[in-house]
Formats: sequence, C-alpha cells, structure tokens
Amino acid sequence: MSSKIFQDIICTVCGCCCDNLEIEIKDGNISRAKNACAMSLGKLMNFNKERNEFPMVRNGDKLSKASLSEAIDKAANILADSKYPILYGWSLTSCEAIELGVELADCIGGVMDNTTGTCHGPGIIGIQDVGESTCTLGEVKHRADLIIYWGANPVHAHPNHMMRYSALSKGRFRATRKDRNVITVDVRMTDTAKISDSFIQIEPNKDYELLSAITATVKDLELEQDKVAGVPLEEIENLADIMVNCEFGIIFFGLGITMSLGKSRNIDMALSLVRELNKRTKFLIMPMRGHFNVTGANQVTAWQTGYPFAVDLSKGFPLYNPGDTSAVDILMRDECDAALVVASDPISNFPNQAARNLAKIPLITIDPHVTLTTLCSEVVIPSAHVGIETEGSIYRMDGVVLEARKFIEPPNGIVSDVEILQNLLNRVKKISK
Amino acid sequence: MRFLTSELLIKNGIIFDPINNVDGEKMDISIKDDKIVDKVSKGARVLDASGKIVMPGGVDIHSHIAGSKVNSGRILRPEDHEKDVEYKTKIKRSGVGHSIPSTFTTGYRYSTLGYTTVIEAAAPPLKARHTHEELNEIPILDKACYTLLGNNWFIMELLKENKLEECAAYVSWMLEATRGYAIKIVDPGGVEAWGWGNFITNLEDEVPNFSITPREIVVGLCKANKMLNLPHAIHVHTNNLGVPGNYQTTIETMDSVSNLYSGDKPIIHITHTQFTGFKGSSWLNLSSGAPEIADYVNKHKHVTLDLGQIAFGDTTTMTADGPFQFFLHKLSGNKWVNCDVEAETGSGIVPFTYRRSNYVNAIQWGIGLELALLVKDPWRIFMTTDHPNGAPFTKYPLVISWLVSKKAREKALAKINSSAKRRLDIPGMDREYTLSELAIITRAATAKALGLKNKGHLGIGADADVAIYDFNPSSMDPSKHYPKLKRAFGNAHYTIKGGKIISKKKEILDCVDGRTYWAKSRISKDLESSILENLKDMFEDSYTVRMSNYVIREDYLKIPEKIEVTAEV
Repeated sequence: MSSKIFQDIICTVCGCCCDNLEIEIKDGNISRAKNACAMSLGKLMNFNKERNEFPMVRNGDKLSKASLSEAIDKAANILADSKYPILYGWSLTSCEAIELGVELADCIGGVMDNTTGTCHGPGIIGIQDVGESTCTLGEVKHRADLIIYWGANPVHAHPNHMMRYSALSKGRFRATRKDRNVITVDVRMTDTAKISDSFIQIEPNKDYELLSAITATVKDLELEQDKVAGVPLEEIENLADIMVNCEFGIIFFGLGITMSLGKSRNIDMALSLVRELNKRTKFLIMPMRGHFNVTGANQVTAWQTGYPFAVDLSKGFPLYNPGDTSAVDILMRDECDAALVVASDPISNFPNQAARNLAKIPLITIDPHVTLTTLCSEVVIPSAHVGIETEGSIYRMDGVVLEARKFIEPPNGIVSDVEILQNLLNRVKKISK
Repeated sequence: MRFLTSELLIKNGIIFDPINNVDGEKMDISIKDDKIVDKVSKGARVLDASGKIVMPGGVDIHSHIAGSKVNSGRILRPEDHEKDVEYKTKIKRSGVGHSIPSTFTTGYRYSTLGYTTVIEAAAPPLKARHTHEELNEIPILDKACYTLLGNNWFIMELLKENKLEECAAYVSWMLEATRGYAIKIVDPGGVEAWGWGNFITNLEDEVPNFSITPREIVVGLCKANKMLNLPHAIHVHTNNLGVPGNYQTTIETMDSVSNLYSGDKPIIHITHTQFTGFKGSSWLNLSSGAPEIADYVNKHKHVTLDLGQIAFGDTTTMTADGPFQFFLHKLSGNKWVNCDVEAETGSGIVPFTYRRSNYVNAIQWGIGLELALLVKDPWRIFMTTDHPNGAPFTKYPLVISWLVSKKAREKALAKINSSAKRRLDIPGMDREYTLSELAIITRAATAKALGLKNKGHLGIGADADVAIYDFNPSSMDPSKHYPKLKRAFGNAHYTIKGGKIISKKKEILDCVDGRTYWAKSRISKDLESSILENLKDMFEDSYTVRMSNYVIREDYLKIPEKIEVTAEV
C-alpha cells in the first residue's frame, strides 16, 4: 500500500482557510485529515461524490456526453453570439480562474458578478459609505479582550474560527479564554451564544435600531426608550460601557445582519459604531465571509476593474451599480441572453423568478459537481477541485492570501477551471476575430 | 533561444542622459532586442526623433500601485472610478483611472508618461502575495516592491537583544520570502503602538511591550541594510507624519544614522518628505520646514529624499501608517479604512481633496516645491507625488512644469491661500530645473538610488527603455513654454520598453509584461540555519499561517528578476 502525508494543506471550505491540515493519502484516496473541522472533513471525504464525470452538451431534453473541445466550442459560440451575457459564481475557485473570468467578460462585453450579491454584498456597500476599521485575524488572536459575534454563528459556519483566531485562541497578549470577554448578539440562543460570556437577544430585523442605540450611548447621548429591539436600556448601556472600556474589541458579523431588514444600512451603522469607538479605544470589525475564496473574487475583480462585484463590462468600460448591474437583478428583469456559471449553483440559491429566467437562456456551467444549475445547462464542463486536485491562490476572510495546493490527482479527463477558461477565452477570441 | 532579433534606430533626437554626461546633444540611439547597443544594421526600423527630447524611461522610486491597501482603496471608492474610465481596445483591457487606477490602466498610463519602471512603496509581508498578484497584472512596467519591516515583532526583539547579525539574516530571509526589494520602515514602532490604539510621537518613545525606541529600529535596520549590501538604502517614512512640527523628527531621523555613513552611497532615503516637513506648533501657525531639511541634506551626503509633492484636487491617501490615517480621518471627517496586520504592520486609507484656498494644503504645496528648489544636488532628491497620496501620478507633468518654470509657479501661487503665500519662500525662489536636472530627478538618480544598473540611462548595455517627448529645447525655453512642456511630458511621443514601441502619443500600440525585481543577499550558511531554527517557533507563536505557506515561490512572479548581492555576515 502506498501512502503519503501532506503537511500544511490549506482547507478550501469556509473563509477561515485554515492552513494546518495534515492529509494522508493511501492508494489515491484520503485516509486521514488531521486538524480538519467537521465541515472540512465533510468536503474531504465526499468531494468525489456526485461528480460531473465528463463534459456534456444539450441535445433537446437531454445532456449528452461530449468531448472537452466540443463542449468548449459550443460554450464559446454561445458567449460570442450573446449580446448581454452574465458570468457568475467564482467564490469556490482560484484567483487565477477569476482573473481569466474577468478577461472573458471584458472580451465579450458581459457582466462579471460573484456570489457576494447574495451574502456580504451589503457589507461592501456599507464600506463604500463609511469605510471600515479592520485587521488580520492574528491581531484578534493576540490582542482582543472583547469579541462580539453579531448575527454570526461560527460554531457551525466557521468551526475552527474560535480556536484558531478568536474566542478560544492563544495569543501573545491574551493567553487564555479568561482574558477575553465574548458576547453574542443574535435572534436566538445559538451554539455560539451558549459558549459566550453573555448573550443579547435581539428582535428579528432590528439590528439597525440596536446598533444606533449603542452608537448614541457611546456618544454619551441619553436614550428615552426603555427598550430598543427588545433589549432593555440597561443592557444597552452596559454593552456600550464594555465596548468603550475594552483594550481591543472586535465585531465579527454574519449574514444575520447583512441579509436582514436594512441590509447595507445595518452595516453602515455597525461600521459607524466601530469608527466612533476608535475615538475612545481600539475597535475593529470583520465580516465572516462564507466561501473559501469569495474575498478573492472581490479582490481580483476590483484590481482588474475597480469594483468588487456586479461589474457590467458591456459598454467597453467597467460600470458598477449593484441593484442594477448585479446578476440577480439582471435576471429578475430578464435582460441577459446567456450565462456562464463557474463554481456556483445559482438555480438552487437565487430568487425563484431569477432562477427561472436563468434556466431558460443558454447556460454554461463549469463545476466539479452535479447541481441543479448543471442539470439546467446547455453545456456542462466538469472541473477539478481547487485546493484538492489543483492549486491556486485564495483569499482568507481577512484578505490574507494563501496558495491552495494539490494533493490528489483529478479523475481522468478532468482539468482545472483555469485550463477550461483559458481554452474558452482563446476560442472566443478566435471567433470574435 | 531567440532567433528573431529586432532593431530600432532612434534618429536625431536631443538626448538627455545624465549618467553618461549627455546633456541635450543631438545623437542617435541604437536598440537591438531589449538593449541599447553601439550600432544597428541598415535594416533597422528608424524612428525620427528630430526636434524631440529623448530620455531614458522614467523610474518612479515610490508609488502605491499594487497590493491589499491599494485594492481596499479601489473597493472603497466607486466614486473615484466613475469619473475616469479606460475603454478597452484591441490591445488594451478596460479599466478605471483617476487616483486608484485598476492594474492594467496603471501600466498604460504610466507608460504614456514615458515611465517604464515603478516601485510599489509598501508591501505588508503577510500580504505580499497579494502585491505580487497585482504586480503580475500591471503590464509594460518593470516593478518591485519594498517590504514593510519597521514594526515587525521579530526585528524589534532581535534589535532589543542586540542580535544585529541575526536581524540582518532575518531581513534577508524576509526579502526572499516576500520577494521584496528593499527595507521599508513606516512610522517605526508607531504602527505597533497603533495596534493598541496608541501613538508614538518621539524617536525616544518606547514601543509598548517591546522596550525599544523608533531610533533603535531605524539605526538597527540601517546597520542590517549595510551588512546585507542591499541595492537600495533603508526607505523611511518617519514618525509623526502629517503632524505640525514634524520637520524636526525628519532631521532627527536622518541624523540618527549619520555616523554609519562610510562615504560611498547614501544609507537612508526619507520618502514623501513634504508630509514630514511641517514647521509650527499647530495648524494655525503651520509653515514650511523645507529650508531646515534642505540645509541638513545639503550638508550631509548620507541622505536622499523624494518629494511627495501635492497637486490640488481630489485623491486618495493611503499609507502603512495606520495612526496617521486615523488622524486624517478625524481631521477631514472623510470615510476611513484601517487594516492592522498581525506581528508586522498596518495600513489606512482616507479620500482627501487638497484645496488651494485651504491654508494648510497651500503650505503643503509650498513645502514640496521648496524642498525641490532648495536641495542643491538633484542626485539626492527625486520627484514623486507619493502616488496617490499627494496626487495621482498622472499629475507628474504639472509638477514638472512647477519645477522648470518660475512663471508656472507664479501662476499657481496667484491662486493659493493668501496667508500661505505670505508664509512661503517660493515667491523669492528663482531656481528653475534644467532638462538635464529633470532627467536626473525622474529617472537617472532614482535608478542609481535603487541600484538598478541597467535603468535610468542610455549607455551601451542599458535596458532599451526610452521616452521621446515632443518638445524642442533648441527652439523653445521650458521656463517660458511650460504649457507645451507639460503637454509633452503628459503624453510621450513614443515610449519604448525593452526595445518595443509601447505607445505613441496617448495610444497604446503594444502590451508586454514587465519584470519584477527582488533582492537576495547571500548570508553565511551557519547564520542562515540558525535563524531558520528560531523562525519556526516564532511563526507558530506570532502568525495565523504556517511558515511554509508564508513564503512566496519565485515562480509566483510572472517574470522574476533576482538582484543578488553578498552580505558581510
């Protein structure tokens, strides 16, 4: 039996991008994954299930097997013929693939959008209004004596976050859990709240109100209400005191705040609160990004076009107006005439009407797995898993870049997103000439 | 192996090549492949440059063009991009411009100004991979980045324990791990203090938890730089940037290493000196500290400076100086980004509009120009705007007009805040830069200070990076015809990079990939292995990534070019 151990492997599940996995390969399969969390194990032990095994193109009602070059040829023709295509997904692939994606969108005059629109997009819009005071995760590990999880549940969504980076981590200036005050703000008693020092239960969709009340209190204003967002005034004043009196505080926020009523305005207020707190002490804030490279999708799109998501390149220059140039909104208006989806499953996740409209236009999907989106596609091209079967650059939630590595061969005939997109781009350029 | 050679003959141009003592002579320049050669065959392509200025391609020693901070600026400011877009063409990718141009646009716009080498001024080591990913996507230009080391925990600890050789060895390892070119020091110790929301205001202040002072950090890293024989001096953004009275900190910082000078090449570079040339005790009595700084520089050869000149208008300020950016946010009320980086450094971003009617901004404008006019040796003062902090690099032609023409300065002076005008010495300054001096401060001296031997000149063997500007010095006087000169330098007639014609007027004709330089100082094997042993433990304690994932492979750089030197340790 042949066996090999790979050290310091980077996990490609959530935005934590833990880089300390030890993977043992026996006879071509993963036999052990040390340091992997439940989510990571879930992927590592099952990534080979429900794979797209070969390229497919649609013949009437059926997807039938095709060669890679046939599939790329058909995809290229669809994209070259389209007037207003969208190129969507990107958060579960490498930056190198995303770079090619933006180039393809620029070449064909398409809309480049990533999954940010359905997760932390409002956070970015909030940053564009206010700015943000943030840091890398190691700063939290070393310095934070106050950690607030707001609308986020890392115990389940980012299982290693607390141990490696936040509440339970061992830092230079904070050696034990006792050195940190951990508070959870959420609509229900989550497992994260259970292991926090205190839990503040907020009424659903009232984040803006509570954040405003805390900000006002930090600014030494008196509130007249007895309760805000279901939280008694005394508790609000107490929380404001804790924030002002900490040495180094941080708010980690999740979709509970970006996707509840108010969206970007909630983040505006959270960012403003943190900004205000910096006049009194050191305070920071960070989104708990979900997919392992959604941050990278924002970064690459921004350095190539100036904007982090929802970039319309149809006019020959980048145009950004989320709500107008974002994939969901374009689909809701039924305006695009083709789509390329890479490493994402929008048919399962988009609003019903957007998904219906996506299913009726020529759709090309590049994805390792069978998904509802691949089943609705005109062309399906299977790809290798980034960080397992192929390498690539990925951005952790705090913007630290890591080079995800390959430790297992992809199935026969399956190539990387980069190779597929490079071929597709070359083919499109040839047709457009 | 290359079988095809390309030859180019630039005929009858008026050559300004200060390194080779050519000052406005009519000469031909021969190019074969990517090098300047003695002569070319008759079949060479001929570019007629008669009546035009020919200079080496511009070399920018300090500009923020790539990396996490620049990209945070892009993400922060859609309003900056909307007013200035770059259309795609058959050769160009689309993009956006103004103060934080997208990567491709950065390459195009620098090259249409006749610049062919640009150094990114501040790469946070933990995020240096990001810097290189963006540098890889900046076309045309040759590049490099400085590695931020002035608030690094390990360096502060080694210096505190007086382990100078180990510190030098660690710096060498860091430059290799981050593929950096030089030691960058930003607000030494001050960014670490800012990790707690505190400030450092004096070279003798102690950095919290590290029992070391900014002075010890600067002196220690200067010694390490000398031990390593690195091609560039320590590149220093001093403490107290943007604070009234800081010109004294600047002089103290320069002076802190004066006794280390051995008479060969400068050992400390003070960057964007305008921002640290403030005299006065408050904003109300702010004045220019340029005369004092220039006086020091004129008397001490161990120092070089760059300007960080401001131009009035909207821009985006961004530095690794987190505490300063917070200060600027409080001052301006503008939106603010801060990002502290574990065990190493930090950064901040604030959009800012410099107004000519504003007293402080007008004084700042004057400080930069006074520095340029008062420092006598053009080989030790370089033109920058600290892009985009003082102004976007696209304002270089405007800055050039102020340097070469008193008339241009008078025109600008007429419109600035009148109290500021009274407080500045500029109205009485008659100096006007000659074209040769202009070539020195924009390419020759910067290439020399960087130790890039094939850059900044047009001698045989130099890289074939050439800028041709449509201005005829034999029939026109730069001082009088400054609007024409400004147009010419804003719009190179031809830019040639690596022997290829890249742009003609504003049009990009060809797009090549540039190199990324990085510096490798070879240290003794024993020292290397002893430092590596310590590093492993340090990594586990200090970082949230493993040491093996921190190091950037050389082939991660699109076209890496190692500049190798031998250390004394």
